[in-house]
Amino acid sequence: MSNVVIETHGLTKRYDEVIAVDNLDMTIREGEVFGMLGPNGSGKTTTILMMLGLTEPTAGQVRVLGLDPARQPLSVKARVGYIPDQVGFYDDLTAVENLMYTARLNGIPRKEALSRIEIALQRMGLGEVMSRPVKTYSRGMRQRLAVADVLIKQPQMIIMDEPTQGLDPEGAHEFLNIIRHLKEEGITVMLASHLLHQVQAVCDRVGLFYQGKMGLSGTVDELARQYMKGGYRIELEVLGDRQALEKALRQVHGVTDVAYLGKHRYEVRAQGDLRAEAARAAVLADGRLLSLNVEAPSLDDIYVRYFQEVEHDSSKQAA
Amino acid sequence: MTVASKQLESGRHTREGSPWTGLWAVVFKEMADLLTSTRMRILEVLILLTAIGASYAAMTQIRQTIGRDVFLFLKLFTVSQAPIPSFVEFLSILVPLIAISLTFDAINGEFNRRTMSRILSQPIYRDALLFGKFLAAFFTLALVLTVIWLLIIGLGLIGLGVAPGGETVARLLLFLVATIFYGGVWLALAMVFSITFRQPATAAMASLATWLFFLIFWNILAGLLAAIISPVRLGLPQEVLHNAQTQITLARISPTFLYGEILSALLNPAVRSVGLGLLLPFLPQGAIPGSALPLDQSLLLIWPQFTGLIAATILLFALGYVLFQRQEIRA
Repeated sequence: MSNVVIETHGLTKRYDEVIAVDNLDMTIREGEVFGMLGPNGSGKTTTILMMLGLTEPTAGQVRVLGLDPARQPLSVKARVGYIPDQVGFYDDLTAVENLMYTARLNGIPRKEALSRIEIALQRMGLGEVMSRPVKTYSRGMRQRLAVADVLIKQPQMIIMDEPTQGLDPEGAHEFLNIIRHLKEEGITVMLASHLLHQVQAVCDRVGLFYQGKMGLSGTVDELARQYMKGGYRIELEVLGDRQALEKALRQVHGVTDVAYLGKHRYEVRAQGDLRAEAARAAVLADGRLLSLNVEAPSLDDIYVRYFQEVEHDSSKQAA
Repeated sequence: MTVASKQLESGRHTREGSPWTGLWAVVFKEMADLLTSTRMRILEVLILLTAIGASYAAMTQIRQTIGRDVFLFLKLFTVSQAPIPSFVEFLSILVPLIAISLTFDAINGEFNRRTMSRILSQPIYRDALLFGKFLAAFFTLALVLTVIWLLIIGLGLIGLGVAPGGETVARLLLFLVATIFYGGVWLALAMVFSITFRQPATAAMASLATWLFFLIFWNILAGLLAAIISPVRLGLPQEVLHNAQTQITLARISPTFLYGEILSALLNPAVRSVGLGLLLPFLPQGAIPGSALPLDQSLLLIWPQFTGLIAATILLFALGYVLFQRQEIRA
């Protein structure tokens, strides 16, 4: 069992009448990549700011690396790197000068700082351009500079807010690789995003945020199994007796639901890829199989489904 | 109970570490930024022209009119030759302008560059950032003013060929300190506006508007208000005196007025009283008109004004501090 890096209990933040974060309980373990998912305004950034002691919780507790960010912000901020949403630099200064300021604020001696800066910039592929002013940098280069910036303090953990937003597909792909390398080095990474396929590609576990609450959390597979009640969706097109076919499909082991979609098409919900079994059952029930398709559960499905449900619930409550 | 949890218990009521962690890192970086910025270049040119113009005008005037004067050097700063105003007149306009230009984008600039959350996620407190920025601007202002001051004295030495006496130097030094703190008031004011307004342009306009208000309108308003608060109905001397006192009290809310009083006492040793003395044409009994006051007496005269300026700087900074501490980091 690995160590807990971040732990919150009943964490709440209220701005006047608006509740930004509502009674949040979450745990992040050492060495994992955790994705916070949710629409804008669902409380992701506020949660991050409370973890860094940049804003005070209204109620509840946060522990980051066993420290209380509200009381020991310096220790927390010395160990945790933060890449904010649309990170900015001093445009007239060079990359080295920008990072030197960060190093000074972290109290790193000049000589040590220079070698760390050099290493970090080389690693992020910015070695060639390190003495150019940051205003000449592209969006992707700035984002990599931001990673170099947090690496200067040799963090145990890095928190990123919408790290791939505004990057072109290639830049985003490259950035996801950087996150994987950070994980290999044993750095815990938490990222907030609404770009689902990227989160799915890189995260060990995810948490779905909605109106300040974390509705679901777990690995993508776990979520699919728990929440989608069988995450695989198999679609068959079969000619034959509808009732007999439905009955036969239902009897296949592992199938959770069968629905008729019209025009001889059936939707089968299953806990795994049961294409072969479903096809066999359909044929044995005297059906003439015309086509067969399977969709693995994606985070998009879980996400859409989850938000449909919570919105449905809240509108019912309102009515 | 373990040591760690005990530390947590005791840490519950106090913040760890010093609020000034990282202060000097901020000061050095900000000063470097300010000194290399374009606005500094513009100000340098403006200041150079002012210094040369004003001291040249003063020197021609001094050579023509005054042969021998113990405080010849002070005249260098105060004597004017139409249409060129004297150097102190220039300064009372330039100093607020320099000060405002140094801090009007101190805080909102960080937000606009989106560097604020990155900087505050470093192991420092907000205190260090705000105070560091203020100190950097203050040191820059002091540096600039000291340079002009030395420049004028240098020009004076060359132009007049007379070395200033000890008391003159002391008066000039105090004048420099007063000018720096006068600038400090406007630094702190522009900083407060840079915290309140998200747009640097709005903050600059608000600061300039406040300065113009005190420069032009406040004296007029003080007169009008004094007429309402303590009117002169019968023209009795007590009434006139009372009215003048009210007017001067109101006028002293303006830092520009305070600075004016300080200058008049420091740079003109013959001034025997400030405030009422400037308004009412009578002198304290037994005084010999035209004779100079010793430095300590001049200083005594404007001590309240001096501390007033320093207090205003500190108060405005404290206001900015409270506002900044309460501000949300997210844009």
